[in-house]
Amino acid sequence: MELITSPYLLKEASVQRVMLKVLLALLPGIAAYVWLFGPAILVHLVLATLTALAAEALMLKVRGRPLGMFLTDLSAVVTAWLIALTFPPLAPWWLTITATLFAIVIAKQLYGGLGQNPFNPAMIAYAISIVSFPALMSQWPGTDGHFSSQLQVIFGLVPRLDSMTSATPLDALKTALMLAGDSHSTTVAGIQANSSAFGMIAGRGWEWIAIAYLLGGLWLIQQRVITWHMPTAFIAGLTIIAAPLWLWHPDTYASPLFHLLSGGAMLGAFFIVTDPVSGATTPRGKLIFAAGIGLMAYLIRVFGGYPDGVAFAVLLFNICVPLIDMYTQPPVFGLKDK
Amino acid sequence: MISALAIMALGAIILGAALGFASIKFKVYGNPLVEKIEGLLPQTQCGQCGYPGCHPYAEAIAKGEADINLCPPGGEEGVRKLADLLGREVKALNAEEKPKQVAIIDENTCIGCTLCIQACPVDAIVGAAKQMHTIIAKQCTGCELCLPPCPVECIAMVAIPETVDNWKWKYPVTEIRKAA
Amino acid sequence: MLQLFKFKGGVKPATNKVQSVTLPIAVAPLPTRLAVPLHQSIGGMPRPIVEVGDKVLKGQKIGEADGWISAAVHAPTSGTVIEIGLYPAAHPSGLTAATVVIEPDGQDRWIDRQPVDYATLEPEAVRELLREAGVVGLGGAVFPTHGKLTASKTVPMEEMVVNGAECEPYITCDDLLMRERAEEVVRGAGIFRDLLRPKKVLIGIEDNKPEAAAAMRAAITALGDAFREFEVVVVPTRYPAGGAKQLIRVLTGKEVPASKRSTDLGVQCFNVATAYTAWRAIAHGEPVISRLVTVTGNVDQPRNYEVLIGTPMDELLRLGQPKADTDGIIMGGPMMGFLVPDQAAPVVKATNCLIAHSPELFPPKPPEMPCIRCGECARACPHELQPFEMYWFSRAKNFGKTQEYAIFDCIECGCCSYVCPSRIPLVQYFRFAKSEIWTREREKEAAEGAKNRFEFKQLREEREKAEKAEKLAKAAAAQAAKKAAEALAAASAPAETAAPASALVAAPAPDATSTPDAVKKATIEAAMERARAQRAAVQPKNIDHLPPAVEKEIAEIDARHTQVFGTADTAPADGEKNN
Repeated sequence: MELITSPYLLKEASVQRVMLKVLLALLPGIAAYVWLFGPAILVHLVLATLTALAAEALMLKVRGRPLGMFLTDLSAVVTAWLIALTFPPLAPWWLTITATLFAIVIAKQLYGGLGQNPFNPAMIAYAISIVSFPALMSQWPGTDGHFSSQLQVIFGLVPRLDSMTSATPLDALKTALMLAGDSHSTTVAGIQANSSAFGMIAGRGWEWIAIAYLLGGLWLIQQRVITWHMPTAFIAGLTIIAAPLWLWHPDTYASPLFHLLSGGAMLGAFFIVTDPVSGATTPRGKLIFAAGIGLMAYLIRVFGGYPDGVAFAVLLFNICVPLIDMYTQPPVFGLKDK
Repeated sequence: MISALAIMALGAIILGAALGFASIKFKVYGNPLVEKIEGLLPQTQCGQCGYPGCHPYAEAIAKGEADINLCPPGGEEGVRKLADLLGREVKALNAEEKPKQVAIIDENTCIGCTLCIQACPVDAIVGAAKQMHTIIAKQCTGCELCLPPCPVECIAMVAIPETVDNWKWKYPVTEIRKAA
Repeated sequence: MLQLFKFKGGVKPATNKVQSVTLPIAVAPLPTRLAVPLHQSIGGMPRPIVEVGDKVLKGQKIGEADGWISAAVHAPTSGTVIEIGLYPAAHPSGLTAATVVIEPDGQDRWIDRQPVDYATLEPEAVRELLREAGVVGLGGAVFPTHGKLTASKTVPMEEMVVNGAECEPYITCDDLLMRERAEEVVRGAGIFRDLLRPKKVLIGIEDNKPEAAAAMRAAITALGDAFREFEVVVVPTRYPAGGAKQLIRVLTGKEVPASKRSTDLGVQCFNVATAYTAWRAIAHGEPVISRLVTVTGNVDQPRNYEVLIGTPMDELLRLGQPKADTDGIIMGGPMMGFLVPDQAAPVVKATNCLIAHSPELFPPKPPEMPCIRCGECARACPHELQPFEMYWFSRAKNFGKTQEYAIFDCIECGCCSYVCPSRIPLVQYFRFAKSEIWTREREKEAAEGAKNRFEFKQLREEREKAEKAEKLAKAAAAQAAKKAAEALAAASAPAETAAPASALVAAPAPDATSTPDAVKKATIEAAMERARAQRAAVQPKNIDHLPPAVEKEIAEIDARHTQVFGTADTAPADGEKNN
């Protein structure tokens, strides 16, 4: 006999609602993206979404699980959008599809589906793509691109030309500093002034997208979909290491504000680091987790081999989550003196 | 070449000395594994495993003479717990798992012969010669050792009824495939 | 102004209380029969002290408390005891429990009630009186109140909290009790105050009950100086502010964990209804035979009734005029109550509310999704536990880990299940884990006991063997000595004593027909014959061609036998062995 048990009243809440709010919060960022760099990103969003849903449906069928319940919870769509937003809009169509397939099939469904993945699937997709196709992953458009030509590049109809692509500001900074070596002949300020990739604070166009993500993220906090712990700790972690270095050698190290508004920092702070399934769960744990990612992302960006280190930082700290959770269990009511 | 050999030999001597010291200083007396195994057994002392009691069975398992699936009162769960402890494979129980039972004496038929009292391994039967015998239900482990000796066959096994006091909530997981 | 504290977590469901407070308390009419369960409190089960056919008066004791932590049970009205046996219990399992069923005679005659001036009595005597009157915690825990009225020897009693918060939605019985009978509640709390001697008495009432707070304040003022340390404190409405530990935290800032008693921190908590029944018991001599029950939910006329203990729930619900689509009764509130499996189950001392359930008011739950570790449950938990961790371990049946995550501190309030976006019935997993842990502990204790008795039995057998061997050795030695002496004597007088010596030697050769063994065997054979004859005598004769009334009776008896013993008949048939 199936006993229906208390509580008999439930709050209006569902996984779908949570995921929908995340998607809504991404819209300002996507809008800014389209405004500044053209609608090429929409192509990838569509490709990724369709691939994600199809892959999830296939895996659910293979695992004998009900499709309707799991496809409509929109968690695959969130993963798809994050992949599309972290990949360059000029990436070939097959790269987006492959990466999304990898993320959904291997990084999510093979671990047990919703709620069971230890690693952030979007970041897994980014990591394997940048390791396997570093050239394709570093071709970013300038703000002066034309949609039709971008579309042709995406679908491989025309060969890739250097004139279409430009480096991201992080890329430009890293390459220029590397080329200069120890001679200190170039300074950060000099690079920023010379390259067309840079806008007022950070990358031209990129800074606005980052601010749009920030606004979306703040809305998520207000809606109580995420808590303030992770974004604040991430920003703090990044700033804590960026600020002293910048103050010490402003010629070699860019300002914390630059780092916060470039690359995947804002997107990461509010949308990637806060992934509930693969992140820490206790309040103190969240602070440690996110601050650690901020720190690590900076280290990889500046001292490591990749222009943006958020993805690898996230994956490294995903491994640490069980340990972080174990050591940061909050005291129970009544047992706080122990 | 000689120096490499010498260093390896020195390393071996040092480690050997450390191990020898440890084996003397931290020697474990008795076999704690037997106690651990015995802690997992249900203490019914029924002998259904073929050994005269739970302690001998535990010793046999520790020695590797006995298999872990010989104990019906422990049930499937008991086999699993033993498998977890010993790192052995979980096997199906070699006998049918029966629900927990206690013995009950039909007082109309009992002749007061004390044979069942002598047979009960846990002293759960109260009585004396020519006096009525009765089984203390709370102390009966359901081992059924009292049934064969009774000359008038007045002992029966009854399943323990589920009452409000011993009822427990069922495992709430339903198969997702069924729920689909 | 008392400084209030906060507790973390908690939720704010729709309170649904206004519908049942518009009408005053009504006295429910006498039902057709009253089924009073014997075990209505935590602790020992009372023994019935009446028999079928006895005539009882209203308030007469029918169940004697068993042990100190136990409370007596009384007849709710005058009538005849028609049955003492297993009857559907007010329990989510749908099982039966030992119950005394009384048929009312309609006259509602009281016993000779004896009010007492408790100021003249020793505290222990007052506690005895409360135990004999069946006073138990009416907030839902039904702990025998007299067991809570002893202060700690080491920690002075600072605050006594009177719980009028009533935080669960739909329930309003405490609200109306305070509005209409505030004076008796305060006087009852006064009894507790005199036994515990706290420095302050704080009556906690949620802020959605302004009339009740006003009534209680008026009562305290009217009672004057004797109650000057009483204070009504209005607390913010948030479920579960009415939980004893939560209310203690809000009013005093103290946090009582599951592993400690609240008296160890100098605080004790009682429900307002308990205080009321304590006063009725002491000052009016009336044992606990009725309580206020809110009848609400899918009914046309939601209202609070004063209900006799033992009233069948379906009869009580009919008073509220349940609507046509009612498909069940929830006993308790929507957060912590349970759907009653058999609606004939009686109202017991723990029943504070009956909610008529309908699929419209309480929509069926959506399917359970996997946990996404969002942490909403941990944010909602009033005990600052990690429900999702306990969920993972309960689901994996790793009960050791659930205890590491303090599963016994969980009060099963339902806040976590309420907020979970994946609609996981978290509390269900915790209930499952807790009952499994308790069962395992019981089994472990039983196994320990069995092992000890086994080892003692082995010890005893060895001892007996050793004693026997000793005796035999002694006897053998004595005999050998004797033989040696006689041989010596025979040696000095060989002719006459030869025969006795050989007789001695020859003595052990047994006679086949008169040895003790043969005698024993013959006795046993005779006994077995007698037993066989007896069994035949015991077998029911004339079991065919019985009148239908007798057959029906036999069927009923068989059914009850099956209920209790699981088999139709314990007497084994000739030659059969029942296993």
